[in-house]
Amino acid sequence: MLKIKNLHVSIEGKEILRGLNLEVNPGEVHAVMGPNGTGKSTLALVITGREGYEITEGEITYKGKDLFELSTEERALEGIFLGFQYPVEIPGVSMTNFMRTALNEHRKYRGLDPISAADFLARMEEKRKLVDIHDKLTNRSVNEGFSGGEKKRNEIFQMAILEPSLAILDETDSGLDIDALKVVANGVNKLRSKDNSTIIITHYQRLLEHIIPDFVHVLFDGRIVKSGGKELALELEQKGYEWLKAEAV
Amino acid sequence: MGNENNILDQVTQGEYKYGFYTDIETDIAPKGLNEGIIRLISQKKNEPEFMLEFRLKAFEKWKTMKQPNWAHLSIPPIDYQDISYYAAPKKKKEIGSLDEVDPELLDTFNKLGISLEEQKRLTGVAVDAVFDSVSVKTTFRGTLEKHGIIFCSFSEAVQNHPDLIKKYMGSVVPAGDNYFAALNSAVFTDGSFCYIPPGVRCPVELSTYFRINTAGTGQFERTLIVADEGSYVSYMEGCTAPMRDENQLHAAVVEIVALKDAVVKYSTVQNWYPGDKNGKGGVYNFVTKRGMCKGSHSKISWTQVETGSAITWKYPSCILLGDYSVGEFYSVAVTNNHQQADTGSKMTHIGKNTKSTIISKGISAGVSNNSYRGLVKISRRAENSRNFSQCDSLLLGDKCGAHTFPYIDTQNSSSIVEHEATTSKISDDQLFYCLQRGIDTEKAIGLIVNGYAKEVLKQLPMEFAVEAQKLLSISLEGSVG
Ligand SMILES: Nc1ncnc2c1ncn2[C@@H]1O[C@H](COP(=O)(O)OP(=O)(O)O)[C@@H](O)[C@H]1O
Ligand SMILES: [Mg+2]
Repeated sequence: MLKIKNLHVSIEGKEILRGLNLEVNPGEVHAVMGPNGTGKSTLALVITGREGYEITEGEITYKGKDLFELSTEERALEGIFLGFQYPVEIPGVSMTNFMRTALNEHRKYRGLDPISAADFLARMEEKRKLVDIHDKLTNRSVNEGFSGGEKKRNEIFQMAILEPSLAILDETDSGLDIDALKVVANGVNKLRSKDNSTIIITHYQRLLEHIIPDFVHVLFDGRIVKSGGKELALELEQKGYEWLKAEAV
Repeated sequence: MGNENNILDQVTQGEYKYGFYTDIETDIAPKGLNEGIIRLISQKKNEPEFMLEFRLKAFEKWKTMKQPNWAHLSIPPIDYQDISYYAAPKKKKEIGSLDEVDPELLDTFNKLGISLEEQKRLTGVAVDAVFDSVSVKTTFRGTLEKHGIIFCSFSEAVQNHPDLIKKYMGSVVPAGDNYFAALNSAVFTDGSFCYIPPGVRCPVELSTYFRINTAGTGQFERTLIVADEGSYVSYMEGCTAPMRDENQLHAAVVEIVALKDAVVKYSTVQNWYPGDKNGKGGVYNFVTKRGMCKGSHSKISWTQVETGSAITWKYPSCILLGDYSVGEFYSVAVTNNHQQADTGSKMTHIGKNTKSTIISKGISAGVSNNSYRGLVKISRRAENSRNFSQCDSLLLGDKCGAHTFPYIDTQNSSSIVEHEATTSKISDDQLFYCLQRGIDTEKAIGLIVNGYAKEVLKQLPMEFAVEAQKLLSISLEGSVG
């Protein structure tokens, strides 16, 4: 699915990622953990093609293709989805209109006709229930006036509608109470399949109680310094990140 | 936008190549403006004496006036003596089929969702063989006649309904109102006239497209709409297709009179040639539009979507004379490349309990300049009156300008005037969010801009609104990234 080799990324001359390696296979769930400011969001944004990041070294292949050859929207259309750490508001654009436009772009890319209004509404309704999002939210403008938790649920809602091959969820758990957390986890688990992969970025262990990852990685100072199974998350929760400093040098 | 401009260039230049000018000039006045020319115009049009007097009075006034320079516009000098003020209606060169039309222009039409018949009409394809426009117009005229509605060219109205013209022409925009209105009053050659009898609700949207005997838009167009007591009419001007015109200067006048309980909705989509990417060419659009809510409980509502013209100078306004009368102004003005727009509204409250609303949405891209200019005046008599103004500016990129000039003049204490203004930008974060969902940049801008302009677009008649939405996206193509 996704292969990252020796990735080096700088922002404004400052090196943020310093030789990162990661391989994600179909059907796997990976958790990427690490303290604030170590480059977790940077990794997600480089994979999804946000401008402003300078890739100085390394390569990423996605489904066998050179990812850097694809434009930002092509990566999305090829099935990469980012659940944003900070979802942005788009005033005046209704969620319904936004999602229908997005879905139809995906369909067009796959050579399908636009979805009918009735089918689309049915799909919205089905997915809305999955993430337990209030239907008044789907009638509002994109993220406008949404609470922090509603914004995060809305990301999962969009993921459910677009059915990506690779979902990257950047701190989807932060700012959620335990009920909301369960809803989000439930949403992710329902969409899990042998063909889809998920990268969960978090710095808490608690989401991983509900979404059991196949692998846990620790990102520290721009590199993955330790990888392990789900028990690594627990270890991190108890010991913090300090003990890994030694391995980072 | 670049593409579109090229197409427009090609098309306009194409017409010169085909000898657009050669076969018509049996009936054209020499260049220049003087009393003799005005008498010639009036005589050619076989006008009654009062029309000539109106024109001459306007001309006398115009000679004493100066072109206004208070707008936030830089207007190149215009030589008014270098224009020919009378020409017999120009015939467009007819072509056999759409196959002969520039495919890129057709592509623009298709993007706008303009029907094949309409495309043929706009590109000058001989329509009789394929589309019986005459029968459509005849049906249309029949419907109007049944209700006693008069809808005809201004010239026809002068001949057939001189009493109505005499009574209302110049009653809202006096001959010497402003420089451009005075010029129009002196030299206008045609336009539209519409009268809705008492108590009649006009059953169709009146569109200049359906006016009989129309010969294209004139350089100095004049429109007069009179809605008699208790009547209703929705009037649509312009179209979303790119309009090319060899006349650089346009100075139109639109007057609306709403008598007691009458409602007039006037919608405009203006998409004239804006000049090329470097700011060369393009139409100067200096329009005076004003409505008078003459009777109590009358209402005039202006809605405009402005995407074209190199320079726009335009302030659709309402004089709220009748008690409880209502004035509305909804506007989306887009400027891109080197376009300049200074547009807004004037609401003059004279009657008691009058109410006005101004919703203005400016969108600027490229190196364009977009200004809102508004005046809300509440006279001493206009007790318990209210105005609400909302002026928003949206910037695409950082080389364009948005300016707001709201003037408020309240002369009584029982009235309430509210003004809100915002300036925003399409952020990189918003664009990235859209891209990450698989929506490309152009589509994303279209979505965001249409969302931003929604409040205004929903005021437009349905089919017009759908076209206007597409137009907004197309006008901003290539403006980011
Ligand atoms: N746009 C930016 N400009 C400059 N520095 C940035 C930018 N985005 C992130 N950084 C810096 O890059 C580092 C990693 O940030 P980020 O990837 O957001 O970390 P994390 O998600 O792990 O908290 C931080 O030091 C942050 O300050
Ligand atoms: Mg982060």
